[in-house]
Amino acid sequence: MNAPDTQTQNLASYNFAYLDEQTKRMIRRAILKGIAIPGYQVPFASREMPMPYGWGTGGVQVTAAIIGRDDVLKVIDQGADDTTNAVSIRAFFAKTAGVATTTSTPDASIIQTRHRIPETPLHAGQVLVYQVPIPEPLRFLEPRETETRKMHALEEYGLMHVKLYEDIARNGRIATTYAYPVKVEGRYVMDPSPTPKFDNPKMHQSEALQLFGAGREKRIYAIPPHTDVVSLDFEDHPFEIQHFDQPCALCGGEQVYLDEVVLDDHGGRMFVCSDTHHCESRRADGHRGALLGDEPGQDKEAMA
Amino acid sequence: MYVAVKGGEAAIANAHRLLAARRRGDAQVPGLTLEQIAGQLSLAVDRVMGEGSLYDPELAALAIKQARGDLIEAVFLLRAYRTTLPRFGHSEPIDTGEMIVERRISAIYKDLPGGQLLGPTFDYTHRLLDPALAGDAPLEAPETGVDTGEKVTRVSDILGDEGLIEDDPVTDSKRPVADITRTPMEFPMQRDARLQTLARGDEGFLLALAYSTQRGYARSHPFAGEIRIGEVDVEVMIPELGFAVVIGRVKLTECQMVNQFQGSAKTPPQFTRGYGLVFGQAERKAMAMSLCDRALRAAELGEDITAPAQDEEFVLSHCDNVQSTGFVEHLKLPHYVDFQAELDLVRRMRAEHFASAAKADDETDVAKEAAE
Repeated sequence: MNAPDTQTQNLASYNFAYLDEQTKRMIRRAILKGIAIPGYQVPFASREMPMPYGWGTGGVQVTAAIIGRDDVLKVIDQGADDTTNAVSIRAFFAKTAGVATTTSTPDASIIQTRHRIPETPLHAGQVLVYQVPIPEPLRFLEPRETETRKMHALEEYGLMHVKLYEDIARNGRIATTYAYPVKVEGRYVMDPSPTPKFDNPKMHQSEALQLFGAGREKRIYAIPPHTDVVSLDFEDHPFEIQHFDQPCALCGGEQVYLDEVVLDDHGGRMFVCSDTHHCESRRADGHRGALLGDEPGQDKEAMA
Repeated sequence: MYVAVKGGEAAIANAHRLLAARRRGDAQVPGLTLEQIAGQLSLAVDRVMGEGSLYDPELAALAIKQARGDLIEAVFLLRAYRTTLPRFGHSEPIDTGEMIVERRISAIYKDLPGGQLLGPTFDYTHRLLDPALAGDAPLEAPETGVDTGEKVTRVSDILGDEGLIEDDPVTDSKRPVADITRTPMEFPMQRDARLQTLARGDEGFLLALAYSTQRGYARSHPFAGEIRIGEVDVEVMIPELGFAVVIGRVKLTECQMVNQFQGSAKTPPQFTRGYGLVFGQAERKAMAMSLCDRALRAAELGEDITAPAQDEEFVLSHCDNVQSTGFVEHLKLPHYVDFQAELDLVRRMRAEHFASAAKADDETDVAKEAAE
């Protein structure tokens, strides 16, 4: 399907979606292994990519390995399609793979993300690719890879519960707000990447395939569709997500994750959807938030 | 009223146009050629080839030009190109004993077979800025000698003949040689993978660690047994032919550090080795690498592991500057979703803090009143 582009061969030519086919095969094997053992971190021979480590090289490699000519790609960062790094990665695939791109969540077959899961529920057949900086949920409790691998193998997760307990003892609550650890299919404790814990419930029994790529740390892991993903907690301190006191100031959306926008230097603040597609499509449907201004583009959208 | 901001795409394109202009500098001044960079900034080119793990002076010069002289950025450019190249196989072990040396010094013998050969070194120059170099004055041609054909024996072989130094580790020739570009890091790491990792490691990071071993953090009493710089043949075994064929020559810097070792129950006292091998002329890097290699052999030699330089996971996981710079600099990317979550938590915790402080104040007031 992804045969090398022979027509465009010239001095500095690159394969479809940048990576050579051997590398893609190696990455697909790691992905398949990850799917077979949900939540388990599969080491893979991560390549140098033309963007820096820490800027999504793991996610980009996963996407490059699975993308085909008929795929439709959406890339978000902080939930937004128009943040600089999302723009850059989307442009990278538009250039190297020539695939169609979109900002619409339902229309995308592959969604690469950093720090958020879209508000619109994903459907079967979609793949959500996460960019992961530190794949090891135990890393900040134990810096050594040799130790953490052993802890996973022995299912020795006491340390993590002690950490969460200490949070409660010190702060009266679990003070982890993002990268909140989850247990996958009753076995592996997994880092959901630095998404806010607000998004954790969306991972549970998702219809979509969720793939996680950590380029610098050379790990891939996966959550197949319809898999149990449970956020760690205690009976007397159950897991809970963030709640916002007010709806989105632009689309009036509730039960969504909001970004705080500083309006002036007198403490003026507004809260708007972090998921830009969700916000835009709600506005297109006629929902209006308290502070929504008018711009020509939006009128057109609303009319269409 | 508020209208959400858009325009990342245009901003990126404009930033890159500005970058291109800044890179070029004053258009009245002729642009640098790759020949000038490769010929006159050759040590920068060597460093980029070494840490970029690709021996190609022309591409390294291009990378330096494209990176505006930022060598870590240049290393990154070269790596990102290298990774797309197909891997045909690996060379036969190079024989540094057969090196055509341009520089060769030993700090542990006054004179030795092959002699001391200073070569093009900064050593013994006085570091006085030379205004003459601001221009392009003609140079005196360097002195040349006649090849005497004398074999430049490796110092480690001289010591080895007497059994004073440990033998070169015997490697199982059936075991495939490690390739850190094709397999993820795994600890404990074998020496071949470790040396590959150190060879492309950041010069500054390894230099600081090497320095720390000299200042008592895992002291190994090192002597610079030998440093040699020169060209060696690269041979590749061609299975169809059944013999090795020379495919080219590379310039290398090799450092053999000789270190004290007290011996153990199993082995008599003898010197041990720390090894450094780097592309191009990169003496500081090769020396630092050899000190780090020796420090990292602590476990193998039954030494106590007490210092950062001996800690395999610490050193090898953090010596790659392409990885380090990427992750440190990724903090520039937006993190406002996570920050929002933290803001929310800190606000709530502060509110509770003040509420409980106020409550405590009220209680002491009540207690005071009661006491009065």
